[in-house]
Formats: sequence, C-alpha cells, structure tokens
Amino acid sequence: MEYFDRFAIPHPSPAIYASMVAIGLTVIAILIGLTYFKKWGYLWREWLTTVDHKKIGILYLISALLMLFRGGVDALMMRAQTAVPDNTLLDAQHYNEVFTTHGVVMIIFMAMPFIYALMNFVVPLQIGARDVAFPRLNALSFWLFFMGAMLFNISFVVGGSPDAGWTSYFPLAGNDFSQSVGTNYYLLSIQIAGIGTLISGINFMTTIFKMRAPGMKLMKMPMFTWTALITNAIVVFAFPVLTVTLLLGTMDRLFGTHIFSMTNGGMDMLWANLFWVWGHPEVYILILPAFGIYSEVVSTFSQRNLYGYKSMVASIVIISFFSFLVWTHHFFTMGQGPLTNSIFSITTMAIAIPTGIKIFNWLLTMRKGKIKFTVPMLYTVGFIPIFTIGGVTGVMLGMASADYQYHNTMFLVAHFHYTIIPGVVFAMLAGLTYWWPKMFGFMLNERIGKWAFWFIMIGFNVTFFPMFFTGLDGQARRMYTYSEATGFGPLNMLSFVGAIGLAIGFAIIVYNVYYSTRYASRDIGTDPWNARTLEWATQTPVQSYNFARTPHVNSIEAFWDHKKKGQPLFKGEIEKIHMPNNSGVPFIMSCIFFVWGFSFVFSMWIPAIITTIAIFACMAHRSFEKDDGHYISVEEIEATEKNSEVLADENR
Amino acid sequence: MRKKWAFLGLVISLFAMLAGCEPLMVLDPKGPQAETTANVIWISIATMAFVVVAVFGLLAYIVFKYRASKQSEDYEPPHIEGNPIVESIIVGIPIIIIIFLSIVTVKSTYEVEATPKGYEGQKPLVVYASSSDWKWHFSYPEENIETVNYLYIPTDRPLEFRLYSYGPITSFWIPQLGGQKYAMSDMVTTLHLAAEVPGEYMGRNANFSGKGFAENIFHVEAMPEAEFNEWVADVKATAEPLTEEKFNELLEPGHLGQLTFSGTHLEFLPPPEGHHHGANQSHEDEADPTGAHDEIEANHSDHQ
Repeated sequence: MEYFDRFAIPHPSPAIYASMVAIGLTVIAILIGLTYFKKWGYLWREWLTTVDHKKIGILYLISALLMLFRGGVDALMMRAQTAVPDNTLLDAQHYNEVFTTHGVVMIIFMAMPFIYALMNFVVPLQIGARDVAFPRLNALSFWLFFMGAMLFNISFVVGGSPDAGWTSYFPLAGNDFSQSVGTNYYLLSIQIAGIGTLISGINFMTTIFKMRAPGMKLMKMPMFTWTALITNAIVVFAFPVLTVTLLLGTMDRLFGTHIFSMTNGGMDMLWANLFWVWGHPEVYILILPAFGIYSEVVSTFSQRNLYGYKSMVASIVIISFFSFLVWTHHFFTMGQGPLTNSIFSITTMAIAIPTGIKIFNWLLTMRKGKIKFTVPMLYTVGFIPIFTIGGVTGVMLGMASADYQYHNTMFLVAHFHYTIIPGVVFAMLAGLTYWWPKMFGFMLNERIGKWAFWFIMIGFNVTFFPMFFTGLDGQARRMYTYSEATGFGPLNMLSFVGAIGLAIGFAIIVYNVYYSTRYASRDIGTDPWNARTLEWATQTPVQSYNFARTPHVNSIEAFWDHKKKGQPLFKGEIEKIHMPNNSGVPFIMSCIFFVWGFSFVFSMWIPAIITTIAIFACMAHRSFEKDDGHYISVEEIEATEKNSEVLADENR
Repeated sequence: MRKKWAFLGLVISLFAMLAGCEPLMVLDPKGPQAETTANVIWISIATMAFVVVAVFGLLAYIVFKYRASKQSEDYEPPHIEGNPIVESIIVGIPIIIIIFLSIVTVKSTYEVEATPKGYEGQKPLVVYASSSDWKWHFSYPEENIETVNYLYIPTDRPLEFRLYSYGPITSFWIPQLGGQKYAMSDMVTTLHLAAEVPGEYMGRNANFSGKGFAENIFHVEAMPEAEFNEWVADVKATAEPLTEEKFNELLEPGHLGQLTFSGTHLEFLPPPEGHHHGANQSHEDEADPTGAHDEIEANHSDHQ
C-alpha cells in the first residue's frame, strides 16, 4: 500500500472529500447516461474525432465555461475567507492552494480556451475559409489543452494542489519549500496545454495568411481577424519561452538540477525573468482578441463602420511589439537599480498610448452612430470606463518609484482584475452573446442577459474597487488572514458582498442558457443583429463546409456592402468541396499525454517511458497514414443549401 | 444607463473622500523616501483623474446623444474612415502625458534608490535584514547586536538596509518609511530609508513565501538618536550572545516572538555579498556598462 500513499491528499478537508464524492458521482452519471441513451457512437463521431473548426470552437467554449465556474468557486472561497479578520474558514495551506489554482485556472484554462473558442468559430468564417489550415492539428490543440486542464484539475483530489502562487516563483516552488506534488502538476499540465496553444498559434497564423477569400487583402480583414493574427504571432514568440521555463522547472524538481535553486549556483531571479518574458506578452494574448470583439460589436450596434481602421491595426501591432519589452515591471523591486527600472517604466507607460488610441476610436465609432443597447453592446459600453480605470492604474503601477509601494499589494490585485475582467471576461461574454445565434441557431434572451450584465457590472466594481484602498493601506496580497487591528475588515467584507453579486450574475447567465434553449425562437434568419462581416453570410446553423461558394471580397465590410450596395458576394457555380476526414488520433494521443503527465507528476518512470514511446508512435502513424480527405458532391450541397437566404438573395 | 453613471460617480467621490480624510498608510509618510513616493502617487492620481474624467465624460455624452431610441427611424449613420487631425490629437495628448509622467518617474526612482535627500553628509546606520521562514533577523554590525522580528531605528539619520534571505524570495516593506525591496538567497540588495517622526510602524514581508506568510510581520520603532543609543547599550549589557547553534535553531521554519541578542550572525554566517552570481562572474573585473551592475558593485566594494 505504501506505493499508493503518494496519491493521498497532504491536507485533506471535508470540502475536498465532498468534491471527491461529487466528481466520482458525476463521472458515473455521465458514463451511465451515455450508455443508457446510446450516445457513445454519437460522441465519438461528432465530437471526439471532429476536425471541424466550429465544433472544436464549441468544445473550447464548454471547457472554458466549466473552468470559469471552477475558478469562480476558488474566488468565492478566497473572498469568504478574507471577509472578516482572523477567519478560520480556510487554513493557510488551503488558502494558498486556492489562490494558486484560481490564478492558473482563470488565465490558462479559462481565458485561453475562451479566446480560442471564439477564434476557432469565427476566424475561418470571417475570412471566408472552409476550415483552418491544419484541421487535425487544431483538434490536437484542443485535446492537449483539455487534457492539460483535466490533469491540473485532478490535483486537488489526487496528491495535492500547487501552492506557490500562479507565478510559482522558485525557490518557493522548489522541492525544499513545496514538498507535495502540487507544483509538478502545475509544471506538467501547463506544459501540455501550452504545447496545444503553440500549435494553435502556428495554425491560425497560417490560416489567416493563406486562406483568406479572394480579394481580402490584409488591410481588408475584419478587426477580430486582425487581432487574432497578431495574438497568434505573440503566441508563437512567447510560448516557446514558457515551454523552456517549465522544462527547466521540471528538471529542478524531478531530476535534481540546480537551475533555480538556492545552492550550487542556482539563480532564483532567473525564473522570475523567464516567467514574465512569457507572462507579460500573455496578458496581450488575452486582451487583443477582446479588443477585436469590441471592435466588431461597437461597429455592429452603432450601425457604423469602425472609426480609424488603420490606426486600430497600427495600435495592435505596436502593442504586440511593446508587450515583449516590459517584463521587468513585474519585479521592479528586485534591485536592478534605477536605470533599468526607468527604462522599463517608460516602455510600460508607452503601451498606454496605442491602447488609448483604441479607446478613442471606439468612442468615435459610437459618435454619429445609432446605438442599440443589446447585451453585447452593454458589455462593450461597460468595458470602456472600467478598463480606463484599469489602464490608468496600470500607468501608475508602471512608475517604478511608486510601484515600490504598490508591488505585492491589493492595489495590484485590483488593477489586474480591472484590466482582465473587462478586458477578457466582459469581451468573452459580449462575443459569446453576439455569436451565440451563429453557433446554436437561437438567441440568448436579452432581458435576462441584461439582468446578468448589471449584476456582473455592479458586483465587479463593489468587489474590486475597495482593494485599491486596502492596498494603499498596506494589505499585502495572498494573505490568508489579517488581524482586526489592521482595519482591513470592512472593505474586505464589501469585496465579499460584491463577489456574491458577481456569482449571482454568472448564475443568471447559466439560467439564461437554459431558458433560451427551451423557449427561444429558432426562426432567426442568418443575420439577426444586422451585422457587417462575412460570418453572417453563412446559414444558421453553419453548414460543415461553411460557404457553398467562396465569397469574393472587395471592401472591409464585404457583407454590409453586399446588403446595402448590392455588391455581389458569391460568384460562379457550386462546385464539389474538398473537406478533411475526422480522426481519432488527436484525442487518443492527448489521452496518452494525460497519462504521460500524470506519470511524471508522480515520478513513475515505467509508464512515463511507455507513454513517451506511444506519443512518438502516434506521430509516426500520422506520418505514414494516407488520408486525402473527402469530397462533398454538388447535389448534396444544393440539397442542403435550398433554404439558404443568402442563395435566395443571389438568385433573385 | 443613468444608474451606472450614478454608481460610478459615487465610487469616485468615495475615492476622493476616503483618500482625503482617513490616512492610508502609503499616503501617510513618516520619512523622506515615503514622502517622495507619496508625492509621485498624488501626481499620478491627479494626472490620471484628468484622463478618467475626459473618457467618462466623452462616453456619457456620446452614449446619451447617439442612442437609437433618440433618433429618427430613417437616420443612416455616415461612413467615416478617420480624420488625421482627430487621430493626431488622440495620439498627441497621451504622448505628452506619458512624457510628463516619465520625467517624474525617472527623477523619483533615482531619488528613492539613493541616500535620502538632505542626509548625504551623515554616516548611515547599516542594518542587515535577513528573512527566514517566517521571521526577520536584524543585525546591527557596528553596534554588534541582533534582533528578531523587531527593529529599533534612530530618527533623522539615514538607514541602509542590506537585504537577503535564508529561504524563498521575500520583500522587505515598511510602508510609512518607503517602498519595498526583495530579499533573495543569492545576493544582497540595498534599501535606503530614513525616519523623521518617532513612532511605531508596521513592517512586513510583502512577497508570498508559503504557509506562514500572513504572519510574517515585524515591528518598527523609530526614536531619537540618544534613546536609540541607550537601547543599544542596554542590549549589549543584558542580552545573551547569539551563538551559531542558537542561530541555526532560529532558522528552522516557524514563528518566533521578538528576540534580542548581543553579537550578530554575520560573523559566523556571512551574507551572500561579494561572490558574484553565475553569469556575472566573468564580468567582475571588466568595466560594467549598466547602471544596474554599478549599484551592485558599489554594495560590494564598501563592504569587503
């Protein structure tokens, strides 16, 4: 039995045992349900083996929403624990695990899949393509991410969660100070998911460069596609750094190297530098697609073209460049000296300039428009003031001398939630509501959606605004408790109240999905928002081949000009369409990766070696496999297209 | 929409109110360095308030004026590509703001990284502050005494803290005296502070360092020089000497109360000064082009 001791939880609590039971029951329920309803074949054919970018997008979406709730529960536990002084709801160790997993889950396993969900679904449609450049790699990306996420999530029931913060600074995360396998989970699950993301980066850059519809020059791409392109460029440059950093960390923890250790020439400062060389660009990986979504939404619901298209493009390119030149601002206090800090202060503050351009361009797009306050537009209009506060506090943090006082405090926590929540969560909710009808064939209820928006908007501000004050009053972040004498109590209680408001807002969104699935009209046409870009020129729901005939583009808003000026969009006859075949290899290979990661976490070398060989075997199999895809015949296309409004328009 | 504006208005007035009447620790400085950073913070808040008001005002005006419900059915929004003059303004004004803030930043960063202004002529009190899980050891080499978890300092005299760690990265922070700096295991960092008002202050490790992090606090007491000297003499006379054995006991993870010793651990366990780290080694004798290294270099030279 000694062998199995390693899988035990080092710090068990009733909540964890309850979660174990809940996880067990859910898994059993899913297995029984699938068997009872005979859905195994459906699941395998339609989802596990799919290479369709739209279905992969939806898989990403489901995973992201699940992780949003996992991370959200972590957040609520933290706010509950700190709501009153000297609280004993969680002990220090448990609290440390909770804030660590909250950070990792929200950034790596919620925000990343959310942006890839929307990129997957929307980008090929926006550029008039039939799929991404490498559909099977795309499936591999998703399944690697998914298995990474699952590996991370079992940590709290098998072996213990990581507890060194999402930044996982060494030597705290090294074997001396973090003895459970938690940090191994951190290193390996992010590694697996990160490989998936890196593959996606290459895939999407290739897609956008090579597969745009005829006539769509780079400067005629919709803004979301532009941001997707630049985001993936950042991914391709930043993620290899993460891969290497995690590898070095793994070497230190599992194989006794001394790269980040305190002795034998190790250097703890190296981890912080490498981590943030990836970590800061990562922030822009998250926020640029959000900027793209807001650009689409603002223009659609102001019923105007996007103001300053060229300066928008220029600003995202400049932001992506600067994102690699600011990483030191995460540790101004490491003693680099005033010259280094001054340089990085200036580059940091300079990012405010292109970001400001974007804010003003959105405002100027709304000017002279005809603004409809739909749910996506509410999130956009709500985003602007909150993100402005997040941005200006970012400039304040960028001033090195003042940062010595903000660093590691709740002020910083308030700041990054003021950027990431409006910058990612609001954007994803806006994008989700906006593209929902294209994904699922019905619209989310507007009235319920607005209720959710107000709860989230108000709850958010009540939660995070007080933190600016507690931070300036000396409350360090990541403290599991504080004494009454500090006076932090009332404002922390206010934060907790706000967090409950946020939770209610997200619960309303869940209810909205349920309500709309049951009662919403399915008869919404192909373009319910009166939108401007190509994805709305497809049928609802979108056919597997996206476009029966390839669209021809000669302006930035091809679909709008087609509707308003009657510019022809689809020319020529329907021809047979070549499509990729489904494949089970990405799923199987990712399952092997899961076992591989698990074996490394627990230093079980025999399964680790077997799975390593199996992974290479999967790649070899792919190399020798003959798979030329399949054709969809003209008759089949015509049959499915019969009801298409777009075609009907054309024929009139 | 009005609900939201009313709410945001409330939040902003709350900010002004709170900041105005209740002294937040960071904005209630008791020494020259903290005063410099507090001034920088106030300058940045004022500048940024201008940006916030401009954006909020514009947004409110536009959202109010151009909402669909206020416009005629057949209003067709115009197609506008952009305007070079407008776009130069939205680039130009932020550039001016950033240049202004950059000057403030560079100037103040050099200030807080050096001996406090007005104290240049005085000989600083050197204190080695080292952290171990989860406590602080303060060694006064010239006085030849050492304390744990509390720090007595003289007012109106420059203080030079040499920071390092016997464990994870920690951050030495006394908010009312100045900004924080990391203490690490493989090098010594230097923090220049001074206290001008006698009193008791909160000091803590601000950087997460594991289980006992929340309680990793130390007590700071600033007192006139004469009183400080009295305390030193008293400690020397009464406190038990710090032995290597005793110090190793103190390093064990856990929490300790306030302890006082005569003698310091610097004698038998020297701080990680002088030996350069890894990649830096080869540069040791070369002229170093960066200011960052100069600073480290300076630390070494005056304590070898």
